[in-house]
Amino acid sequence: MSITGLQTRLRDLSIQEAFGLALAVGVVILTVDLVRLVAVGELAFDRLLSLLWNGFVDSLYIGLAAIGLSMTYSILRFANFSHGDLITVGAFSGWTVAYLIGGIGAAGFGSRLLLDADGGASARELGMNVVGSPLAILLGLVAAAVLTVLIALAVDRLVYKKLRRAGGITLLIASVGVALTLRYLIAIVYTQDARGLVASAPVWEPAWLPVGPINLHELTLVGAALALIIGVHLLLQYTKLGKSMRAMSDNRDLALVTGISTERVITATWIIGAGLAGVAGYLIVLDRSQITINLGWFLLLLVFAAVILGGIGSIYGALAGSLVIGTTINLSLVWLPSDLNEVAAFTLMILVLLIKPEGLFAGVETA
Amino acid sequence: MTDRRLGGLSERLEAGRQRLDELPRWKADLVVLLGAVGLTYLVFGVVGLLSGVSTNEITGFLYTVTFFGAVFGLLTLALNLHWGYTGLFNIGVAGFMAVGVYTMAVLTADPTGSPAGFGLPIPIGVVGGVLAAAAVGAVIALPALRVRADYFAIVTLGFSEIVRLSITSGSLRQIEFGDTVYGTGGGSGIRYTPVDSVVPWLLDLPGIGVAGDTLYGIAAAGGVSQSVVNRLLYALVLIAFVVVCYLSLQRIARSPFGRILKAIREDEIVARSLGKNTQLAKIKVFALGCGLMGLAGILWIGSRSLATPESFMPIVTFYIFVALIIGGAGSNTGSVAGAFVFAAFLWEGPRFLRTILRANLDTRSPPTIYDAGVDLLAADPMPLVGYFIGSLDELRWVLIGVVLVVLMIYRPNGLFGDRKEIAAAVDLSNRGGGSNE
Repeated sequence: MSITGLQTRLRDLSIQEAFGLALAVGVVILTVDLVRLVAVGELAFDRLLSLLWNGFVDSLYIGLAAIGLSMTYSILRFANFSHGDLITVGAFSGWTVAYLIGGIGAAGFGSRLLLDADGGASARELGMNVVGSPLAILLGLVAAAVLTVLIALAVDRLVYKKLRRAGGITLLIASVGVALTLRYLIAIVYTQDARGLVASAPVWEPAWLPVGPINLHELTLVGAALALIIGVHLLLQYTKLGKSMRAMSDNRDLALVTGISTERVITATWIIGAGLAGVAGYLIVLDRSQITINLGWFLLLLVFAAVILGGIGSIYGALAGSLVIGTTINLSLVWLPSDLNEVAAFTLMILVLLIKPEGLFAGVETA
Repeated sequence: MTDRRLGGLSERLEAGRQRLDELPRWKADLVVLLGAVGLTYLVFGVVGLLSGVSTNEITGFLYTVTFFGAVFGLLTLALNLHWGYTGLFNIGVAGFMAVGVYTMAVLTADPTGSPAGFGLPIPIGVVGGVLAAAAVGAVIALPALRVRADYFAIVTLGFSEIVRLSITSGSLRQIEFGDTVYGTGGGSGIRYTPVDSVVPWLLDLPGIGVAGDTLYGIAAAGGVSQSVVNRLLYALVLIAFVVVCYLSLQRIARSPFGRILKAIREDEIVARSLGKNTQLAKIKVFALGCGLMGLAGILWIGSRSLATPESFMPIVTFYIFVALIIGGAGSNTGSVAGAFVFAAFLWEGPRFLRTILRANLDTRSPPTIYDAGVDLLAADPMPLVGYFIGSLDELRWVLIGVVLVVLMIYRPNGLFGDRKEIAAAVDLSNRGGGSNE
């Protein structure tokens, strides 16, 4: 491009493009600064690697939730504010099953059923880790998916089905009502107290691997999440159901004309979306041990950020967006104090919305 | 005899209804609103007295209802200006309140306190807070108005979370400036003189002081303490604010500017092609509403002596939303009515019910719902009742959620029906002369 061409181009810059340019310049400056920090040794390379790894782990559970949110957004056409509370439902229901199975004989039935609400079933005494009670944890994982799906289908039948023809904002408000109801029903049963549910993670130190000790809970999270993501990819690409779901979110009317059953696709959307959200909630607790009724609600805005970054409707976009968000909240710790990392993620989300409302991977709807 | 009396009553009701019908819609609404408020107070008072709740508790309860009815009324009016009139789906109300309250707090806090403030008089703090909230609103509006309604919702929610996380953050907790340490105080908040201290200060002024002394004297004769008098007067101040806001918004809604707002809500492209500067109108109205949210926050949180980030959780926004939806978005009268109904029946009502139940039943609450269930199996339902009474705060949220869902399914236009004012000066859809209802 010639100099004069560049000049006219700069003169005609719209606000949007100016914001975009500023963001791009910011990203470049931060990258250069990162290289400089590592080069002068102010930031240890090990620390950088561990930040990136944490970003990857965070992006996996954000991604699991984001797939479902993106699917409901594109197929049911509304921003589902109750998606965060499906994550919470998965965490509580899954761990209840894990406690019921894993703690037999070690603690009273009531304490296990209510996840240690009365302090009668401590995770350490129950041996709640993947080595101590692997079967309970695996069954809990399955239960988290199944029970969350059942709840989501029940909610769809009771609420969203009656609003199929309503506008996006009406559905959004109804989903806020669903979110409050779910969250505080959980609070009535399990109480509002935050508590740790998982015993400290066992580590695995293979002599033949050049890395430090591996946290087995983190490894379980990564393995389960990656398996599910690949599973969803195969389902969407290679089954008839997947094809009809993609068709429906691309062009609803055309899909209807070709004889795709709306209700069946919607049911499938809830099954996949809620199942993944439930598993995400369960895995977050496995990794962090802490559980509260606000678990999913506090995560929801990050998940929205991921979905918006990736462009609504594209699950690969949602995954890429999750990677960006997960990396942002961890890598920003290089410059920001730890209580401002989410501010960085939300600011990034707002900037992208202003620059490219269609998302970073626009045009790749549901591919 | 009874028949005739009943007949007379129904005749009078009929006559009253006709008189109501002759009034303009909003005046009729106002009459209904005031009647409903009076009736609510009466019902709560009578029910409370009959069920053995102490007079003190009843007065306290009615005061709380009035207080929250008024602050929620202000917030709902502001949100109605955004959403009901202009169609801007703002779910960052808590964030704009926080901007107003924290600005007020920093301006008025004691210069020797920790964190320190500027020690300015309260009115300057209030005006400063409102202006700050409006200014932030205008800045947020500038770029955010370019995105779709549901994206706009997420941008405003993201903004309110950014505000809350920033004031919680340790890095803004203490900012040294010369010798003084300013800042937000982080999670432990910032202390300041509460705004309701204006009431005793006013009553202490030379001129009004005599009236104040007389008022206190009368109250003392009736066994009411000075602090109760001050609280009641503050509630009156709040009501005055609601009335002033209501009248000004009512005026705006009927002005050419108000018609532009309604036109934007109906179809922005049409409004723009008629030569209206819709972007400017949206920025103005957004800033105005945000300033009002800041004011409401100051009157609400500012009447305590401490502001913490806890007061600005995103859920606060949804209180206001529920109130607006109950009243029906698009009408100022509906907004105030919805706010009052929300404050009386969803916000304070459950607590009142708990007071009544506790006064009349033995409701020991078992530690967990499991214990209650075990007792239920042993044919003793009381522990379960006790448990539910104990977890009334959670039950209230379930109730609010269910109300929201039910309203969206069955009455999406609000409990009181469609009050949305049309954009055109004349109702073009209603030329046959028949009524819409």
